[in-house]
Amino acid sequence: MTIPLKGPLTALTLILAATPSLAAEIWVTNEKDDSISVIDVDTLEVTRTIPTGERPRGIIFSHDYSVVYICASDSDAVQVMDPDTGEIMHDLPSGEDPEQFALAPDNRHLYIANEDDAITTVVDTETRTVVAQINVGIEPEGMAVSPDGKVAITTSETTNMAHWIDTETQSLFANTLVDSRPRHAEFVKDGTEMWVSSEIGGTITVFDAATQAEKAKIGFEIDGIHPDRVQPVGFKFTKGDTHAFVALGPANHVAVVNADTYEVEDYLLVGRRVWHMAFSPDKDLLFTTNGVSGDVTVIDVASREPVKSIKVGRFPWGAAMRP
Amino acid sequence: MRLIFSGALALGLTAAGTAQANIDIPVTYLRAEQVAPPVLSNLDPDPDDLGIAGARTALADNLTTGQFMGHRYALDVVSVEPDGDVLSTARAALAASPFLILDAPADTLLAIADLPEAAGALIFNSTAPDVTLRDADCRANVLHTIASTAMRTDALMQVLMQKRWTDIVAIVGTHPDDLAYEAALDRSATKFGLEIRARETWAFDADMRRSAATEVPLFTQGFGDYDVLVVADEIGDFGEYILYNTWEPRPVAGSVGMSPRTWSPVLEQWAAVQLQNRFEDMQGRSMRDEDYGAWTALRSIGEAVTRTNSADPATLRAFLLSDDFRLDGFKGRALSFRHWNGQLRQPVPVVHPRALVTLAPVEGFLHRVTELDTLGVDEPETACTAFAD
Repeated sequence: MTIPLKGPLTALTLILAATPSLAAEIWVTNEKDDSISVIDVDTLEVTRTIPTGERPRGIIFSHDYSVVYICASDSDAVQVMDPDTGEIMHDLPSGEDPEQFALAPDNRHLYIANEDDAITTVVDTETRTVVAQINVGIEPEGMAVSPDGKVAITTSETTNMAHWIDTETQSLFANTLVDSRPRHAEFVKDGTEMWVSSEIGGTITVFDAATQAEKAKIGFEIDGIHPDRVQPVGFKFTKGDTHAFVALGPANHVAVVNADTYEVEDYLLVGRRVWHMAFSPDKDLLFTTNGVSGDVTVIDVASREPVKSIKVGRFPWGAAMRP
Repeated sequence: MRLIFSGALALGLTAAGTAQANIDIPVTYLRAEQVAPPVLSNLDPDPDDLGIAGARTALADNLTTGQFMGHRYALDVVSVEPDGDVLSTARAALAASPFLILDAPADTLLAIADLPEAAGALIFNSTAPDVTLRDADCRANVLHTIASTAMRTDALMQVLMQKRWTDIVAIVGTHPDDLAYEAALDRSATKFGLEIRARETWAFDADMRRSAATEVPLFTQGFGDYDVLVVADEIGDFGEYILYNTWEPRPVAGSVGMSPRTWSPVLEQWAAVQLQNRFEDMQGRSMRDEDYGAWTALRSIGEAVTRTNSADPATLRAFLLSDDFRLDGFKGRALSFRHWNGQLRQPVPVVHPRALVTLAPVEGFLHRVTELDTLGVDEPETACTAFAD
């Protein structure tokens, strides 16, 4: 369709250009740039850079994608942003130094790890009030909420535990030891399993969620890289939870783990110091944040091949998908 | 001075799901106070709680973990004046607990380790960097958490190699610690195929605060051209006045300038900022090498107790020296103990006063077991036999 341009229509075009594109996006927090880089999933280009509070790390969208939550660690705030405009709408009371968080299935309660305070803070995002603060181990970091919303997990990096929180009473009901420096936790397989990565321990521990018993421990081994440098941090599961993609930090690789046999099937070379990751909406592309190289590696999930590296801000950390 | 910090931090949330074993772990921090030698620069006096503050921070870390495990830690800090009877104090401490963190010079440390009461004890040397304590004078009941002088000078030489600053000259002080540092520099240079081409002894007794700008250029003129000037001034006497006063415009390294350390307040990577923040909030100052030595000692005890559910020193020692022990020391990779001499295996940051330059081991220095063992006395060359069984 070609239409001769006239004055009013030009103005309309400008308005259209100012509204967000309809393509899915990957939002990446840049820890040392106090910004978010927005990547268009179709073009694999950075389309926007949005300023945030200081030292943004954890990032998640609400379940209806109407707002995005950002842990601005050095601002001691969780910021709530309108993803269309990039405007900060308000801050949530978060406790000190929020690093990671998880949103309950009710789309309302945010579980926040306060790294400097040995506390998990539960915030009601509607009333913007703190509902509970739970004492956990030193340097809480990884956060997860079970699909039924009944259990929340905090991992503490120096205490080396996964703390199991009953969300009804907001109190601990179990504390399970894992290997050194646990970083990330996820419930998988309809909440029957809970996985925790241990950065310095170099392992992932798989728990049976019902009994909190250790079910498996996954180790990693890459030719030519000393085990000390193989440091699992973030991980995500493919469609049907059949495989986990695991970021291995300074080993500069992502491992592909068979989630049924717990065997490592592949190691994929990515950028330097890979932290976290997010999938495209249909999970055919995976985007990893590479802290030291300041870029994002795009992995084709089916072929397990890195297909592109995208320059973002300094020290990209968290990643979240917006459909 | 005697201060007791006990494990009364119970928050009433010992939880189900963890095997509860009510274990008490009392630890003594014993300091043999030393008279500091006079120095020219008065800028940085040692804090009164040097080292002790690190142990207190680790105690808080251990107590938090302990509350989930039913493990109760206590720290008893004892400081003996320079003319005090440190050996009877050590005997009393060992009678009360087999766990001892020592801030003492090498000869005092050996006298304590050789006490009959110390047989079967678990002693941590958190401050003495002497190479000989990890070598011919090693003791089976002593583990070392501070980096040895050899580890630090190896780290420095690796960085000089990496930067191709291979034409090295040196200025050496006259204190025994300076001479030990010089010997370690020579050993490290030889190890990596380098040499110190020329050296001068610093024996001035003038006050350099007034005359550095005129004295140092002349003093360094005789070196001719070179890549880097290494200073051995371990007591912090004259070194600060060398920087920016040399005849040739060249970098300064060693005890001042670009310096290899066990720990430094400038570290922020590898989550080090969390430890720095925690330390500063609790202690009101930044964390120094000796604080880190004490922190890693008490954290090692805590980690071993957590993993073994035991307070038996033999059980803990065996675990600490095993491959299963991995301590997160906020330096980018797991810390462990060398099973042949009890030295904590750790990266050595090479820093300047405001930032990290490089974390050694430097990439490219390879080792058949772990690159961390390119720093310090390695297994094939050790004269330590106490750990043989």
